[in-house]
Formats: sequence, C-alpha cells, structure tokens
Amino acid sequence: MNQQGMHFEKLKIASFDFTCCEGCQLQFANRESSLPAFFELLDVRAFREISSEKHDDFDMAFVEGSISRSDEIERLQSIRKQAKILVAFGTCACFGGVNSLKNRIPIEESVVEVYGEHPVETLPVQKISDIVQVDLSIPGCPVAKEEVERIVVSLVTGSKVNLPKYPVCVECKQQLNTCMFDLGEICLGSITRAGCNAVCTSGKTPCLGCRGPAEDINFPAFTELVKERGLSENDLREKLGFYNAFEAYRTDET
Amino acid sequence: MKLDCSIDIHHLTRVEGHGNIHIRVEQGQLVEAKWAVVETPRFFEVMVKGMSAERVPFLTSRICGICSISHALASIRSLERAMQVTPPPAAEAVRLLAMHGETLQSHALHLFFLAAPDFAGTPSVLPLMQSHPELVKAGLDLKELGNEISTVTTGRCTHPVSLVVGGLSKAPDKDRLKFLLDMIGERKSALGLACDFFASLAIPQFERETEFISLHNGVSYPFIGGDLRSTDGVLRDENDYLLMTNEYLAEPSTSKFTRCSRESSAAGALARFNNNSAFLHPEARKAAEHLGLRPVCHNPFMCNIAQLVECVHILNDAETLIAKLIDMDLREIRTQFTPKAGCATGAVEAPRGILYHYMETDNEGRVVKADCIIPTTQNNANIHYDLGALARQALEEGKNDREIEKLATMLVRSYDPCISCSVH
Repeated sequence: MNQQGMHFEKLKIASFDFTCCEGCQLQFANRESSLPAFFELLDVRAFREISSEKHDDFDMAFVEGSISRSDEIERLQSIRKQAKILVAFGTCACFGGVNSLKNRIPIEESVVEVYGEHPVETLPVQKISDIVQVDLSIPGCPVAKEEVERIVVSLVTGSKVNLPKYPVCVECKQQLNTCMFDLGEICLGSITRAGCNAVCTSGKTPCLGCRGPAEDINFPAFTELVKERGLSENDLREKLGFYNAFEAYRTDET
Repeated sequence: MKLDCSIDIHHLTRVEGHGNIHIRVEQGQLVEAKWAVVETPRFFEVMVKGMSAERVPFLTSRICGICSISHALASIRSLERAMQVTPPPAAEAVRLLAMHGETLQSHALHLFFLAAPDFAGTPSVLPLMQSHPELVKAGLDLKELGNEISTVTTGRCTHPVSLVVGGLSKAPDKDRLKFLLDMIGERKSALGLACDFFASLAIPQFERETEFISLHNGVSYPFIGGDLRSTDGVLRDENDYLLMTNEYLAEPSTSKFTRCSRESSAAGALARFNNNSAFLHPEARKAAEHLGLRPVCHNPFMCNIAQLVECVHILNDAETLIAKLIDMDLREIRTQFTPKAGCATGAVEAPRGILYHYMETDNEGRVVKADCIIPTTQNNANIHYDLGALARQALEEGKNDREIEKLATMLVRSYDPCISCSVH
C-alpha cells in the first residue's frame, strides 16, 4: 500500500478472546470516524466476533482475556505457534484483570455457589504471560482505542512501540482535575501507567490501576500518603486488588 | 432422496461469546437440534462478595463489553433499593440517556456488523465497506452517535466511569449535551436509510408461539425498573424475578436456561415491543408500521426489525431528554448515603433484554450475596426450541443442509446473543 508517500504492508492480524467480557475487541469497532482508515492498515485473517471468514496465516495475534480452563491453554499455545507477534490485549490478558478476584476463594466453593452440584471445569485465573511468551502488552480496561491506533501505525511503519512510562497523575493534572486525594479518596493515579488520558479521574472516580504500575514508582511513599491522610486500609486493599495489576507491590500491610 | 445430514457449528461467528449449534437429520426427519453455550465461566457472583457497594458497579459493568452501562445500572438500582437511597431526578434523567446511548450503540453494532452480512451474503461487514459504503456509513454514524451519548453521560462508552450508587459522580457538560442534539438532528437521515434498507430485505418467515417477557411500567417504553410482564398475561413485582425466570442447568451448557409459563420464553427488543409498543414514540410506531412489525409478533427473525424500531424511538426520545437536561440544574446529581443492610432486585432493559441483579448487603454496605440473570440466559431455551422448529419447517419446505445451516445461524444471530455475559 501507498499512503502519504509511505509504502507499507498491511498487518495480517487475528483477534482471539478467552475469559473476558470482549470489551477490548469491541474497541476495534469503535472510534467510527477513523474506522475505515484504521482497517486500511489491517488484513483481518481471523476475528470470530465480527467475521465468519477464518484463515490461519496471520502474523500478529491480539489476545484478549485471561486463562481459566484447560481448552483455553491449548488454544493459546496453538495461537502462539502461529503468531510472529503475540499481543496481550487489555487488562485481563496483561494482569488477569477482575477475573482474578475469583482466585481469593477455593475453586470448589465458587463452583458450588454458582452451579450447585453440577460439575463445571474452571482453573485459577492466569494472565497470558503465565502460559506463553508475550511480545507486546497493551493494558487497559478496556484498552484505549486511540492508543491502539497509535500502536498499529507504529507496527505498520516499523517504528518502535512505546507506552507512557509516567503515571496517570500527569495526564490528570493536564486536565486540571481536582486531586481525588483532596476529595478524600484513595486514587491509584500516582502509581498507574498513563495512556488512558485519566478517563476515570476526569469523571471524578478514583483510578483503580487497570493499566498496571508506571515505571519507577515509589510504592512505600504512596502507602505512606494513604496512612498520613488517615484513609482506609481496607479501601486501599480493595483498590490494589481490583485488577490484580499490583501483585508485585503487595505488602503485608496492604 | 431423503436428506441425511449433521450440522455442527463450533463457535458460531458474528456473535458475542462462544456457542455451538448442532442439528442432525436422518431420512429427512429431524433427530436432534441443540443450542449449547460453551463459554468459560467467570463467577462474578462470587467475585462481588465482600466488595463495598460503591465499588460494585465498576466490577459488574465488566460482565459485558457491549452492555456495561446496563450492568452498572442494574447493580446500582439493586443497591439503592437495598439501602433505600433515592438518586436526584437529574441523575435519573442522565441514566436514562446513558441507556439510550448504549442501546443505540449495541443495536447498530448488531444490525450492521453482525446481522447485515447474512442478508448481503458476505462473511463480514468489511466487504460491505466497498460494496455498500452508504449503508455502512449510516451504521457507523448511528453507532458513533450511541457511543457519543454514552461518553457524554458516563465518561466512557465501554465500562462507564461516572455511574455511582446515589446518582452520578459527575454531571454531563451542557455544551456537550447541545452538541449531542445537533448530532442527533444530523443523523436522522442515517436512520431513514437504515429503515429503507431493512424494509427491502426478505426476512425469513418462521413463527413459533412464544411467551415474551419484558419490563413494563404502563407510562413509558421501559428501560430502568418496573413490573415484569409476559405476553401470556403474567405480571409480577420486580423483586419476584426468580418466579419469572426459574433458572435451571442444561448440560453441556455453562450458561443456565430459564422458563416461565411454557418450556421457554424470550427477552429482548421483540419482547419489549410486544409488551410495550403503545409507549413507543409516534415516529417509532410509524417505522414499525412501515417495516411490517405488529404486536404480538412471534417471528424471532423480526428481532432485528424491533431493534431498528427502538433506534427510531431512542433518537426521538433522546432529543426530548437532552432538551430537558439542558434546562435542568445539574448540580444536584448525587445523594450521599449511609451504608446499611438490605436486599433488593434491580432490573433494567439491557439492549438484549431484561437484566436482573439481586444484591444483599451487610450493615457496612458490603455485598454478602449476589445473583445476576442475564438476557441471553433467558433466551437460551427459546433459541434451543426455535432451532428444532425451524429445522422441521425447513425440511418440510425441502431445503438442503446448507440452507438449513444458514437459517439456523441467522436465527441465533437474530437473538443477538451476548454469550460471555450469560456465562458471567
């Protein structure tokens, strides 16, 4: 293809979903005004949610969701064999996401609670990189389509893909929002990777950290801030555990 | 020669989630027709236990990527009723507008991306971008409008930000509301084009007498709360949802099935229309007439048409609602509440039908028990029995296996199943 003087090959992509709400894949169909141009960059080889056409010759696999059944492990492994680039697409794929809340309770208990005596197979929730190698992670619950567009353009043109290293706080300040801490709420914006344009805090709800930790965060200072302000430890625990994205930072106290 | 065939559709395409169709015919006779949901279960009813009421809608909205606003609002309604919290009127108006945005987005996605390719004979909407650019543009214009309404009212089109127990965390910006009014005015022509296109299609003729269940309030076309009504004459209170659904397990499906007065029942746009057509906007009633949709319609393929008629209602009702909001004081949007123990059901009409969330809280406002019954769960049994009746009719009409397969897939798509949702 030739566009604005640049030659490029369309990306041969496929999209797959596992244990999830399919909201991240749905973002492929959002931002409607730029949609025809976006699909100009892509050769969609397999995408069950929107197309009955299915081919196995894709280069890049967008994988949405977490893993919670043995057939999902097999399916993921065969996708990995085919894909040159495997993308963990969205918070469930990158961190396990909200589904991981299930892991707090013994599996048998959960099954009995929902299905009674009826046996249903389910495993503790795992993120994609627990099973196969991941080449690129795009976090977000859901992923931000504008960011996906930028990344796809980078991949098509062969330029380096970069996610922001700085926290959501930076984007939030740019929007001139009142700090959630000043409104008496614990907010994970100061430790969470930016790229969402601070969408939650701009709607006056605290950041729950769906994009995972920003780089070089000062976690002890953050927990100190929560203590200093006399905010609830239970609330902090609930927020940090919401997407399972801060597993590495969990301390005894939190 | 009499037909012998086995139709096995593993992971049906162009639907949300994973479902299988199995049909077996021997000597021209139907031996088996089955709908099976094989989605991986997620256990939201377990995950939500112990969570604070204020956080719950942010979790339950993640049950579905398409109808996240409905899930947030069903949880919010059940928690507000459980803890006796009354949201301010402005917040209620914004919530209804948010539902309109979501329903329009979801219907446009289904009609143009998922269903239209069946009628055009293409594997997806992508080839239609070249062959029917005006039609695809109309679909995208409507879907974008729906998403924009959701974004202005809730902060984001998938997984709402500002819908909270007690009202809203932030009011919509009035300039953006005015912009929405202009956008609706401009996009009515897209809706006209869509109506003309769908009016020109040959909708498969198939009827199986069905009990249709939806919300009903006797005043307006229902979206948030109300009584539970069926076309078989059942009328119940919102809290009596269990008597309306009677959930049961149907192996090998991971989604449950439901029934009310018969072996199966249906929810969704057609059910809403069949129970509430008198409350549609006059323009929507006109569109229904033009599209040949009359209550009580027992043809499940007409679900597509009922969705389109609802789009007409939504565009017109949203105009009135936005004009009202622009004149309202939007500072009073949130009622502060003290958490307390209680229990209640919150029912909303999600795009695909009636959605129930039942929550029980302790005196700190933490959830101790939850139950969610999803629209697609309520359609599973009907899809299953429809498949058998449809296959039998097709055999009588002398159709071959490929024709039966196509009809069966179109039938399931007409219900617009949201399978991940149903296996929450």
